[in-house]
Amino acid sequence: MSKEPVAVVGIGQTTHVAARRDVSLAGLVREAARRALDDAELTWADIDAVVIGKAPDFFEGVMMPELYLADALGAVGKPMLRVHTAGSVGGSTALVAANLVAARVHRTVLTVAFEKQSESNAMWGLSLPIPFQQPLLAGAGGFFAPHVRAYMRRTGAPDTVGSLVAYKDRRNALKNPYAHLHEHDITLEKVRSSPMLWDPIRYSETCPSSDGACAMILTDRTGAARAPHPAAWMHGGAMRSEPTLFACKDFVSPQAGKDCAADVYRQAGITDPRRQIDAVEMYVPFSWYEPMWLENLGFAEEGEGWKLTESGVTELDGDLPVNPSGGVLSTNPIGASGMIRFAEAALQVRGQAGAHQVDGARLALGHAYGGGSQFFSMWLVGADAPAT
Amino acid sequence: MRDVAIVAFGQSDHVRDSAETSEVEMLMPVLHDVLEQTGLAARDIDFTCSGSSDYLAGRAFSFTMALDGVGAWPPISESHVEMDGAWALYEAWVKLLTGEAETALVYAYGKSSPGSVRDVLTRQLDPYYVAPLWPDSVALAALQAQALIDAGLTDERELAGIADRSRAAAATHPHAQLRGEVPMGEPLVAPLRTGDCPPIGDGAAAVVLAAGDTARRLAGRPAWIRGLDHRIEAHSMGVRDLTDSPSTRLAAERAGAFERPVDTAELHAPFTSQEVVLRRALKLDAPDSTVCINPSGGALAANPVMAAGLIRLGEAAARIQRGASDRALAHATSGPCLQHNLVAVLEGER
Repeated sequence: MSKEPVAVVGIGQTTHVAARRDVSLAGLVREAARRALDDAELTWADIDAVVIGKAPDFFEGVMMPELYLADALGAVGKPMLRVHTAGSVGGSTALVAANLVAARVHRTVLTVAFEKQSESNAMWGLSLPIPFQQPLLAGAGGFFAPHVRAYMRRTGAPDTVGSLVAYKDRRNALKNPYAHLHEHDITLEKVRSSPMLWDPIRYSETCPSSDGACAMILTDRTGAARAPHPAAWMHGGAMRSEPTLFACKDFVSPQAGKDCAADVYRQAGITDPRRQIDAVEMYVPFSWYEPMWLENLGFAEEGEGWKLTESGVTELDGDLPVNPSGGVLSTNPIGASGMIRFAEAALQVRGQAGAHQVDGARLALGHAYGGGSQFFSMWLVGADAPAT
Repeated sequence: MRDVAIVAFGQSDHVRDSAETSEVEMLMPVLHDVLEQTGLAARDIDFTCSGSSDYLAGRAFSFTMALDGVGAWPPISESHVEMDGAWALYEAWVKLLTGEAETALVYAYGKSSPGSVRDVLTRQLDPYYVAPLWPDSVALAALQAQALIDAGLTDERELAGIADRSRAAAATHPHAQLRGEVPMGEPLVAPLRTGDCPPIGDGAAAVVLAAGDTARRLAGRPAWIRGLDHRIEAHSMGVRDLTDSPSTRLAAERAGAFERPVDTAELHAPFTSQEVVLRRALKLDAPDSTVCINPSGGALAANPVMAAGLIRLGEAAARIQRGASDRALAHATSGPCLQHNLVAVLEGER
């Protein structure tokens, strides 16, 4: 049976900063949604349904905030779904919205993801003690650091690679007006000499805590034909999950990530991602995850990801730019971070990424992951409509 | 539109306090039950979607523990809504409509016993202006009940009758928390008495969805989803007419509920007064109506938060599967005073 092709015709982001004290939660999501509508030259009345995502409710202290946010997002009288798949949620939310269009249940859907971390404390939101369960008392960094070390040991990567990623992403962020961190005086030496937080992860190799939201307007072929700006077309999308902790889990390169990428490539007819894909927006909250995910996503052979990074392939002017926007390392409103990856991939193939545009990008991958590296969501978008 | 059906439904016993079992322990027998009903193994399921709430569990990412129980290995295609499981079913239904999946497992669970659910639900409210006042769910429902009484749309006697009918219906329900006759009860928040309010309890539910011929193979009489829609209303109760539910009416219209009469209606009305609102919105109040409303006993007999809506869909489907219904309406709600409503129309082949 045939699916309706899905097009991204509107993208909006808020400015991302440590604390948006000038807006409420409702004001924050509305700002992103409003910008996405403006981009698509649509009004609230053109939207058939709203799909919203964010990471745990404890991050802001509001239970099921979609109820309170219905008015701000013009959802009254419409269907509204709330997705929560941990850190991958921004991507999953976009995919759930895309399915509404692909299944021809709705024609034009607004999808929004957000986090307003300043309203609470994410580190402690993740660390609530539960009897008989392993506590995550050091937030995410303490959980991921051992897996980074396992990657270094397994591949023999020199310990300089992580700082190269951070230095690159922070420089890319300088070209992105929406990015949270604009470190104009960044140097490689500053990254390398920043304090060690969770060995081997240094302070400058970690993501910030951001307030921010991202929104997209997804529509069908008819909607795309009416859109005022070029559309980004979805060529493939998938989610995969695996258990949190089990004996055979490969934390360095989880099977769910490999399977998810393989599914997306199959849908899009990609046989050689390294050559065929022009830009990647990858979920890299700690710098070492760039070389790790390069392997997991099939851009490099196992053990070779760090060599791509080290040789400059992933730089903005490299052969396979990774995180031209500055990525999660520069902007991390957790629930929105995945959707920002998806949206930035779409901006690239629409040719609308401004100063961080990758020349001639025709196919771009948006990637998100969450939990203990167990939830994955990805999409591949192109400048051309998929062949039917 | 592709034909999709509910082919299996299972639920736990709903109890006041399940301190001795974790969410996963509560859920696992239910998952095994629906898989056994269809003869499917977890690895045969194309898509899995769940509904639950971290605020009930008191910890972030509570759904990950349940997923571990499902046994997501090799990795599965999976998603989660921080909503009642009825909305997880909606997401799975859409996934099947795209043609990307033939089967889907949907589950939901909620334990209210670890905390005070009346207090917990206040955290759903506008966090700046309303939640700081801690207006609890029973107080808000009482406002709605009083508005109905003031509008002359019901009275305390009718409300008591709804409670009585629901609990009598649950008398033979093996999973219900409250069964058999219950008096009007003690005054709780005027005009509501304990009999007008749902029990506080813990429980889980699961369904299996399948498309087309797969559904026919898996179930003797699949409950075909003829229509499924949901609509949300404004959050602030001050801008809503609490005596009406336009979102329910619109969802029902979009789901095709008014095209032909239904014989069964499973309504997610945790408070007796809310059934009055829903019956009016769904046009179930005709004097000669023979619609059987909440033959399961409804949420007044068992109301495991986050699963109670999915259970309405499951109960309606199960009734079709066993031949007691040909065309049923199922409803789920979320948010204070029926803010968000989902309606499904299910049919069995004659």
